[in-house]
Amino acid sequence: MEILYLIIPISVILIFLIIWVFLWAVKHGQFDDMEGPAHRILMDDDSSHTEPSEEKRSNEA
Amino acid sequence: MCCRGCQAVAEAIVAGGLADYYRHRTAKSGTAAPDAADVVPEWLRQAKLYDLPEVQQSFVRQETGEVREASLILEGIVCAACVWLNEQHLSGLPGVLSVEINYSTHRARVRWDNSRIKLSEILHAVAEIGYTAHPFDPGRQEQIFLKERQAALRRLFIAGIGMMQVMMYAIPAYVAGGDGTMPPWIENIMRWASLVLTLPVVGYSAWPFFLGAWRDLRLRQAGMDVPVALGIGAAFSASVYSTVTGGGEVYFDSITMFVFFLLTGRFLEMGARRKAADAAEKLVKMLPAMASRLPAYPGDQTDELVAVSSLSSGEYLLVRPGESVPADGVVAQGVSRVDESLLTGESRPVPKNVGEKLIAGTINVDSPLVMQIEGLGQDTVLSGIVRLLDRALAEKPALAQVADRVASWFVLALLLVAAGTGVAWYFIEPARALWITVAVLVVSCPCALSLATPAALTAATGSLTRLGLLTTRGHALETLAMATHFVFDKTGTLTSGKMSLLETITLGDIGRNRCLAMAAALERASEHAIANAIAAAAADCEDRFSIEETTNLPGSGIEGRIGGQRYRLGRPAFVAELCGTPVPDALLHGRESATVVALGSENGWLALFALGDTLRPDAASLIKGLQQRGKTVVLLSGDQEEAVQQVAQQLGITEVHAAMTPQGKLDYVRGLQREGAVVAMVGDGVNDAPVLAAAGVSIAMGGGTQVARASADMILLSERLFHLLAGVDISLKTSRIIRQNLAWAFIYNLIAIPLAALGHVTPWMAGIGMSASSLMVVLNALRLVEPDAGKGRK
Repeated sequence: MEILYLIIPISVILIFLIIWVFLWAVKHGQFDDMEGPAHRILMDDDSSHTEPSEEKRSNEA
Repeated sequence: MCCRGCQAVAEAIVAGGLADYYRHRTAKSGTAAPDAADVVPEWLRQAKLYDLPEVQQSFVRQETGEVREASLILEGIVCAACVWLNEQHLSGLPGVLSVEINYSTHRARVRWDNSRIKLSEILHAVAEIGYTAHPFDPGRQEQIFLKERQAALRRLFIAGIGMMQVMMYAIPAYVAGGDGTMPPWIENIMRWASLVLTLPVVGYSAWPFFLGAWRDLRLRQAGMDVPVALGIGAAFSASVYSTVTGGGEVYFDSITMFVFFLLTGRFLEMGARRKAADAAEKLVKMLPAMASRLPAYPGDQTDELVAVSSLSSGEYLLVRPGESVPADGVVAQGVSRVDESLLTGESRPVPKNVGEKLIAGTINVDSPLVMQIEGLGQDTVLSGIVRLLDRALAEKPALAQVADRVASWFVLALLLVAAGTGVAWYFIEPARALWITVAVLVVSCPCALSLATPAALTAATGSLTRLGLLTTRGHALETLAMATHFVFDKTGTLTSGKMSLLETITLGDIGRNRCLAMAAALERASEHAIANAIAAAAADCEDRFSIEETTNLPGSGIEGRIGGQRYRLGRPAFVAELCGTPVPDALLHGRESATVVALGSENGWLALFALGDTLRPDAASLIKGLQQRGKTVVLLSGDQEEAVQQVAQQLGITEVHAAMTPQGKLDYVRGLQREGAVVAMVGDGVNDAPVLAAAGVSIAMGGGTQVARASADMILLSERLFHLLAGVDISLKTSRIIRQNLAWAFIYNLIAIPLAALGHVTPWMAGIGMSASSLMVVLNALRLVEPDAGKGRK
């Protein structure tokens, strides 16, 4: 049971570590756009997908 | 599909095996493109102006060398595919260094090399794929908001994680329940760990409550923050005291949970409000108007582009068709018609000849005009109306403050009860006095009370926004529910504000459809409101005519040849010259409220077209719905008696006032308010702005003028009047739910406070009671969220 003397302070330190990580994330804008990234993952950045849209555009112009 | 760009994206997505995207997307496109397409030609001409350094000053940041950075508002973004398309498209342009688009705010940050690409070319590129970009000044407010949001997130997270962990330490003590199974040293170390973790929650997360309480105390008011701060402060001090001395109870879990719930409520509320404000802001075009000055007029007619701020009185300006008049003045040369609907609500353009007055902000419709400036800036008619609006805003009745006053009485009573309990127990049993006082403060925590209203408002605001009814002020919903009188403007509100064909009268032996097709053919080259209305009406006619030798005579009409025959389309008098006989007066009689356009050939009259403003399709059902709900409907309009009466009769409105000036409308609404009516005003023009601001709650049409939108409490973005009725229903439901919530919070307190005061409530009971009551309130509020999640999907 004496291990609690070690484990509980460690859990407290762990919490502060988590808080620090979170603060870092907030500071670097990780939470500024909560919706975009979820959608962005569906969009491929491959050039094969960009070109058709560019063709369309020049046709239109 | 909203545009070809989106079509291309859609094809690319399907080709890439990602067709699932259409099941996942949450917003259906549709409204974006037609709008954007309309706007492009008009403002693209002006886009070049954005390249001038003096114009760029306000929104472009210069980096080293030729590298520039600007923030743009993107219009027409409805889904993530649009973001992707814009990013791909823009970053592919040579000279564009980086593009970042924020999907939540629809803002883009673009960095480019000014020596390789101009800003106007970037704006043009956006327009090419069917969107509209406006530069804007991100300004201080934006940055302040970002900082506030980040701070709120940090506070919320720390409170949340603190709550979870402190609860972990508290559970063993609750389970053991003081039956001796937990040795004191374990309980002691748990308490110390809880203390360490509660410290940042109280010292950082709950800090705004302490600040708020301090502010309230200095102003000698009793706001919600006072008992919150006292409860947190007292519970925390008492817990620290018993941790240090090793006796009594600890309340760390209750404190952290309490702070977390309160912050969650506030955070959600802040987000919803911001979202509403954002959408409104986007509607506002934020750039200074530019003008074409004629420095050597009348000798030389070459013009130069200058900022309106650098103009002075007496100078000559060139106003091209489609441009806004930049200053008040008189026409020096040219004949045209000017759209003054912004000021008067009158949808028909007004003819202007040399010597007639032009008002800043109105739009030149037909042909170029040269004007001499008479009034600028503060001296214009427009700024006079804005001043009227400012005054009305300053006099706004503060219905919302009533709720605050009630709350502050509750708080005061609560503090007295707590103090009384403390004193009483001091005489009965001094050892328990502090604990019981704290228990009273904790158990009666106004959590449910302070969440009751915002939680319901947040949920309702969300539902309304999905309907296209945007709430921009906090009190709008409450007041809408209480409204007894609904006052409507006519033009642009109950009517669509656009010309359309009302009636066709054929005079010769040629049928209606053939006449329409001929008229449409004659007007093909023209871009004006009448031409558009005729073209729209002729869209399903099968006949097609080819026209030769078209001549356009501004102010009169159009002449052209169809198969060797000369035809004229225009004012009856102009067509009569060709036909030889005057138009029968009887046919014109009774149509004074409409614009009549005639079609005739050398052989005689063919047809008369009556054009005018038409009622919105759902206007009648809205009026009927409001009347069924026991509201009084009033029609106030600046238009002439006859036209207004006609609309009122069609809709069944009995209370009608025509030919009202802005001041007249304001006085009328004030009069109603003096009689105790709660007035909801629906309008769209600049002339409605002062009265919108004075009304208890005001709703502007999304397509209305900027000033009207800025002074409105709600904006009907969808332009569907039916949604307004749904909005009224939601507001009624909201006020019902707020009342239920308040009643629940009140009953809870009525039971819990006496129990706590009598010493029957232990800390864990107080904690559970507190969270259960807040949970009830939040769940009740969630009933306002319309179950329409699947509605927007394809």
